[in-house]
Amino acid sequence: MLPTNVKQMLNQQIQAAEHPRELAIDIMMAVQDHYGYLSDEALEEAAAIVGVDPLKLEELATFYTFLYREPVGRYVIHICDSVICWMNGYESLRDHLCKKLGIQMGETTPDGLFTLLPVCCIGYCDRSPAMLINKKAYGPLTPAKIDEILETLRAEAAETTPS
Amino acid sequence: MAETTDTAYPQVLFANRKLDRIAAIDDYRKNGGYEAIETVLKTFSPKDVQKLIQDSNLLGRGGAAFPAGMKLQTVADDAPFPRYIVCNADEMEPGTFKDRVLLHADPHLLIEGMLIDAYSARAEKGIVFIRPEYENAARILEREVAIAEKAGFLGKNILGSDFNFSIDVHRSGGRYICGEVTAQLNALEGKRPNPRKPPPYPTEFGLWGKPTVTQNVETLCCMPPILRNGAQWFKDLALTETGAGTKLYGISGRVKKPGCFELPMGVRLSEIIDEHAGGMAEGSEFKACLPGGASTRYLTREHYDIPMDFESLKAVGMRLGTAAIMVFDQSDCMVGVTHNLMEFFARESCGWCTPCREGIPYIKDILWRIENGLGEERFVPMLERECRHLWNAYCAFAPGAAAPLEGLLNDFQDEVLDHIREKKCPFKASV
Repeated sequence: MLPTNVKQMLNQQIQAAEHPRELAIDIMMAVQDHYGYLSDEALEEAAAIVGVDPLKLEELATFYTFLYREPVGRYVIHICDSVICWMNGYESLRDHLCKKLGIQMGETTPDGLFTLLPVCCIGYCDRSPAMLINKKAYGPLTPAKIDEILETLRAEAAETTPS
Repeated sequence: MAETTDTAYPQVLFANRKLDRIAAIDDYRKNGGYEAIETVLKTFSPKDVQKLIQDSNLLGRGGAAFPAGMKLQTVADDAPFPRYIVCNADEMEPGTFKDRVLLHADPHLLIEGMLIDAYSARAEKGIVFIRPEYENAARILEREVAIAEKAGFLGKNILGSDFNFSIDVHRSGGRYICGEVTAQLNALEGKRPNPRKPPPYPTEFGLWGKPTVTQNVETLCCMPPILRNGAQWFKDLALTETGAGTKLYGISGRVKKPGCFELPMGVRLSEIIDEHAGGMAEGSEFKACLPGGASTRYLTREHYDIPMDFESLKAVGMRLGTAAIMVFDQSDCMVGVTHNLMEFFARESCGWCTPCREGIPYIKDILWRIENGLGEERFVPMLERECRHLWNAYCAFAPGAAAPLEGLLNDFQDEVLDHIREKKCPFKASV
């Protein structure tokens, strides 16, 4: 269950909206931020807040790139595989990331930190090859830069995780 | 090779662009910002604004090149209220990043553009539809919208007039099809964003069934300067007779300095590459480029000097699209490039209609076989047939996907046949 204060805030947003359904994505994103992904239960909670049948939100959750119906890591890495990044070395960077993290595309590291996903052109062709981590863009990438970014995030995670 | 140039071309959209920060409202006002809306509210009727934009020959900058003034004029006088303005900041066409640069440079230019657009359509509500990858730009916009509100440029009775207008930022969940106008309306309504089939057109029956004018970020940003300086001034900015205004050209791929440059409409491709983008990358020779995103046909060497405007490209059977130029060199395999583009279209197809949902993956598979040495000569007519089928699709997505494939089959058929005859990719062998 969502904490009362989160639920209240989302309910207020819905009440203030002229057309509650226009907030469907925002509500799902907020619920996803809380749980990490949209489980069946989370989706039902979101649907109850928006005031629609859960199936209506399922249609959206399975459609959009940034809504996750399966558990993802704390850091979701979207690596751009569209044409400019592809010609600027996407494949070798992808292989480097897979090797470094010990996972394949679509998988999450056993420590729950990183998920690796492909994404289409993210609009950073002037800084290609590029990737997003939790929607923040990085580029132009080299294997060394990727290592550095991963280290920084690992350190950040260690600092902020309660022991 | 010319080093980059400090050309004397006027900077209109980038007039307030700073190297190290976003232009604040004070920067914007110092350069005449918000003067246009002030004048409009005092002395222009909505029809005057429409006429001026129509006279300026401003064509939509999102790829379709629809006349912006004409779009406003299709909102009927007696059309119902509320009416909406939707700013399309979805910018998911591969290779395109101009709107991102523009939003980070001068957010108040967009806000004033939306105000002018809204006034001329008599709309009271504006929505910026923005892709989730541009979260940073979304936050900037929300912050600057609040600042504009405080300064009295948004809200009720703007600058003492009876005109009310507010702006909301809507974050997408992220899918290419959301850039298609009718799909975007479904997305805004919280529905699965499949396209709708006009008519009725959005200016008649749009968001929540109400008249809705949708324009691209760059199109809207052209409006304040047009209102300030006049239609003729805007037309004179272009280098070609048929063009109007400046254009944000994004360039990437095999050039020394990828980036986004504001240049007069109709500047030659050769000048964009050789001067503004610093020339071809070391060891690279120009082979071809996509002139305006993934949904355009390849421009080959013979068109290296072509003026980059809508009409000039149309005259040779091409499209300017979003003017996102992606440059390929002698080492790039056009079969591989086209396969990558088809992979993009196959993944991003909304799946609503059969030609797109089934046709594009089929094409992708044939290209994959050719690229990986499994090609057969009969694949070429098969691809040609599939290409034609894409035109039967429900919306413009699949015909867009057909464009680079048509280019491959017409301009690089030898390369396709080499793959088939040699039973491998000739480019992979050479590296």
